[in-house]
Amino acid sequence: MSRFEPATVNLEFDKRVDDALRDQELRANFRGAMDFLMGKRAAMFPDKEDLEALRSQGEAIRNRCLSQLPELLEQFEQRCTENGIQVHWAETSQEANAIILEIMHKHDATRMVKGKSMASEEIGLNHFLADHGVECLETDMGEYIVQLADETPSHIIMPAIHKNKQQIARLFNQKIDGMEYSEDVDRLIGIGRDVLRQKFFEAEVGLSGVNFAVAETGTLCLVENEGNGRMTTTIPPVHIALCGIEKVVESLQDIPPLLRLLTRSATGQAITTYFNMISGPRKPDEKDGPQEVHVVLLDNGRSRIYADKQLQETLRCIRCGACMNHCPVYTRIGGHAYGTTYPGPIGQVVSPQIWGLHTAGAITKACSLNGACGEACPVKIPLADLIRRLRYESNNDEPTTVPAPRGQGSLRKRSEAVTWKLWALLSRKPGLYKLALLLATRLRALTPKHIGPWTLYRSAPKPAARSLHELAAQRSQSNASSQEHGRNE
Amino acid sequence: MQRAYPEKPEQVYFFGTCLIDLFYPEAGMAGIQLLEREGVKVVYPQQQSCCGQPAYNSGYDNEARKVAAAQIACLGEELPIVVPSASCADMFRHHYTDLFADTPLHKQALELAARTYELTEFLVHVCKIRLEDNGPAATVAIHNSCSAQRGTKTAQDAISLLRQMSNVAIVQQERASECCGFGGTFAVKAPDISNAMVQDKCDNLLATGANDLVSGDCGCLMNISGALEKRKDKLPAQHIASFIWERTQ
Repeated sequence: MSRFEPATVNLEFDKRVDDALRDQELRANFRGAMDFLMGKRAAMFPDKEDLEALRSQGEAIRNRCLSQLPELLEQFEQRCTENGIQVHWAETSQEANAIILEIMHKHDATRMVKGKSMASEEIGLNHFLADHGVECLETDMGEYIVQLADETPSHIIMPAIHKNKQQIARLFNQKIDGMEYSEDVDRLIGIGRDVLRQKFFEAEVGLSGVNFAVAETGTLCLVENEGNGRMTTTIPPVHIALCGIEKVVESLQDIPPLLRLLTRSATGQAITTYFNMISGPRKPDEKDGPQEVHVVLLDNGRSRIYADKQLQETLRCIRCGACMNHCPVYTRIGGHAYGTTYPGPIGQVVSPQIWGLHTAGAITKACSLNGACGEACPVKIPLADLIRRLRYESNNDEPTTVPAPRGQGSLRKRSEAVTWKLWALLSRKPGLYKLALLLATRLRALTPKHIGPWTLYRSAPKPAARSLHELAAQRSQSNASSQEHGRNE
Repeated sequence: MQRAYPEKPEQVYFFGTCLIDLFYPEAGMAGIQLLEREGVKVVYPQQQSCCGQPAYNSGYDNEARKVAAAQIACLGEELPIVVPSASCADMFRHHYTDLFADTPLHKQALELAARTYELTEFLVHVCKIRLEDNGPAATVAIHNSCSAQRGTKTAQDAISLLRQMSNVAIVQQERASECCGFGGTFAVKAPDISNAMVQDKCDNLLATGANDLVSGDCGCLMNISGALEKRKDKLPAQHIASFIWERTQ
């Protein structure tokens, strides 16, 4: 899949899942990678109580910061401005793209290097800029691989996790001039680096994401392993940071626990190789750094999420990807099957809220509500509860929440709604329920061999000869009569 | 934090669950008999049906609420409620309070949540049951439902019951904590994904060489044993209550 098209998410979801499940190589790649990542995370949190304490701390920090989000955003803007960082506000992805393009135009820039930013995937920046004659080059090795393959990231932390060494060797061999086929990982990375290094020097603008935006000091924090984030934000004369408005934290003190949780949950690292703290453009006495720093604060539906007390929990996310790594569904279908920028459990929660249930609500069905995601989440987002809530919003055609997620009721199927109404009638009228039990048990020989999708892969369950209702009634009767008998004796 | 457990009561409600009611009544009876053998009188309200979870998980809250209200009504006395399924017990314990938030039934939902126990939890912590194993030697794989692991957090109680059985060897499956792919309506709404999950679960279970499979949740059992049967693999599966009852008489 070469491009994220929101319009196709609901329409092509089943087909994408089907394709992913049939692709044995893809499934093996994901299984191996997710097992590896789960193991790495577990090794980083050997003590269960410590982990729980740290998770509670992370949850509390994010909740405190979100509870004062409007004030913190204002403070962040003020501090940034004082530091010489230019702050822009974008309500929609179109606005964000336009702001970034305008900055490019102001500098007559046609080349951009990018440090990994899922928010830029969210707004479709690469394609937008390409349409306006700007070349964007991804500099994170995984993103670079994905870009070479004309694909989108399949994971928010490890964009090319769906590919194995052999597939990458083939890709480099095909797409990079003069590159022989090699499965030597060091060699592959070395080649990628050589290509990218030249681009860092040529680009007029570097664009990065933001992991944490500190209101107290106006600092942009960026977590990375490859050094490409540092180069993206220091070598080109202009740096643009694209930052979701929920990323603001109150003070520098909030960072260490969140950073610990982030790297350990994501890749099982105690700390990453690079942690960049950007607090302004190059000062007159400094030797490096960009001459201009811009931050684009992106809403794109986030304030709508913020307005709902329960759904607001979505915004605690620190984008570690642990929920994906632990999701048995993601492990089997991979990130591309979701068809959205954000895949896996957090994607099932974020995507339908950003793009609307009518556009991306169908992906919420790819969840067994097993809760492994919420258990792994470093800031305790109750992902299963939120997925269930969005299922409700997809079905519910009587608007009750203000403001409801867009597309409320758009996935309601009449036949399904009628089935549940009948089920409810049966299950709350004891007489009817017992009659149904009686019929099912007495006519058990007539149980159909094929019951919808259930029997595609399983045998049909057969009702018992007597229901528990009957057996329990018989038992209490015989207990009563034996007691009666006992008294008479 | 572990929950505070009361002294063993004289009487409890038994909530049978709809799956047990129709497909595994012997598991329900085994649960009732185990409780009565511990000297606890069991009340089985005949008005009970389903906890409402299937509709709730499918996003049909209004329908789930109506059915849930009917269960609250028939479990009205202040008796402990014992449920032979972590999934339905979790519905009572954690989701009724959400379902009835801002409604007149909220207080009753909170109160019902506080007196609900999963069966193995109740046997271990309230009855402090001691089991004498009279069964033949068995190698058993245990499948703990996601609800037992993460909802009621009672997975350990099923294991500790099996550990009391002197002739039972428990074998570990790979990826024991992974979901079997049932998920209620998930199995029919996303059948291919669910199948990918249950096939792996079957493979992992068969690889243990176990000659019995037990679980505290009949949803998982129906899914796993249905898939095993379809592929013509043999691994007898039982609810843990049936398994224990049969071996301890």
